[in-house]
Amino acid sequence: MASNVIAAPRSASMKYNRNKGGGSKFEMFAWLFMRLSGVVLVVLIFGHLFVNLMVGQGVHAIDFGFVAGKWASPFWQVWDLLMLWLAMLHGTNGVRTIINDYAEKDGTRMVLKTVLYIAALVIVVLGTLVIFTFNPCPLDASGVPLPGGFCGK
Amino acid sequence: MSIETAETAPEPASKIELPAHVGGGGEIPTFDVTLRVRRYNPEVSEEATWEDFQVTMFGTDRVLDALHKIKWEQDGSLSFRRSCAHGVCGSDAMRINGRNRLACKTLVKDLDTKKPITVEPIKGLPVEKDLIVDMEPFFQSYREIMPFLVNKGHEPTKERLQSAEERARFDDTTKCILCAACTSSCPVFWTDGQYFGPAAIVNAHRFIFDSRDDAGDMRLEILNDKEGVWRCRTTFNCTDACPRGIQVTQAIAEVKQAILARSI
Repeated sequence: MASNVIAAPRSASMKYNRNKGGGSKFEMFAWLFMRLSGVVLVVLIFGHLFVNLMVGQGVHAIDFGFVAGKWASPFWQVWDLLMLWLAMLHGTNGVRTIINDYAEKDGTRMVLKTVLYIAALVIVVLGTLVIFTFNPCPLDASGVPLPGGFCGK
Repeated sequence: MSIETAETAPEPASKIELPAHVGGGGEIPTFDVTLRVRRYNPEVSEEATWEDFQVTMFGTDRVLDALHKIKWEQDGSLSFRRSCAHGVCGSDAMRINGRNRLACKTLVKDLDTKKPITVEPIKGLPVEKDLIVDMEPFFQSYREIMPFLVNKGHEPTKERLQSAEERARFDDTTKCILCAACTSSCPVFWTDGQYFGPAAIVNAHRFIFDSRDDAGDMRLEILNDKEGVWRCRTTFNCTDACPRGIQVTQAIAEVKQAILARSI
């Protein structure tokens, strides 16, 4: 009789036991962060676009000096820093969820996410450095201010 | 949709006159239709294939009747699940013309009968044969959310009372028949089957918002998992697929809010 028992079919690609999450609240905070950062980014980005493209001479005024002028003010430094960090984290988390949803193997998932995190880290660090170490009066190799500088006149 | 009530109906139902082209003896128009069924038999081939069947159906027939007709008159090896055949047991969820539906609730005449009607097993669960899938991963998620009343304290000597308002709070999610139409329509579930899925969350919702139940916190903790409610992308596939009309995505959103309200 026992030999007549047919084992229940099990698909090789299906994991029948769920990986244990370990009680982490990370996904909850990630979800909440997406909503909150999204709302803040709407204000930051449209404010940025309005000031850069509409106010005064608008888009025609944008040059090295214009950017230098903005970053001379701590207000715009903080604004751009916030925009950079929120947009990068928001975008990185979005791509992270897309990778989680579409990568079918754990290995693929890990590789893609590693590339993503390295790229995000490089851009955030580089952007932050640019905002804080920006020099409005760049000099050339011989010590003469380069043309187009904010204070080179 | 208009439902005729006693006040609005012009005459009692027994006096409604039939149009001339419909005979008096309950004669129902017939039409020919092609069913394109996804066949799979692991004992013959690892590949699934499409097979066409021509059947003559009546205007009152459902897709399930067409499948019965094929099985009884043309090919007895066609395999599918059905139990009550009246939209309550949830056995015959399948993908008909690319949408998850119950075969017993889908009238053939409501589909485009000029083209072949495609019938496939629901997606995301391992196919066993033809339209039959292995429901085990689905029911495992269901069991994990503890779909039963958990009550602290002494057992009352009479029934557990509940106001009409308290009952209405979770009325929508009591309608679930566990057909898996929602979970198997969810793109997140399709990927690796690790997501709890809409059906498990709907059934958790049914107890989380039940005033008589005391284990809501435990269920919220279970669904706060990385494979829990936060994997929902609100694509509304589940709400569209539900043959019982449950607002599935809304139920998931309410569970998310309950977890947030509890944690923050």
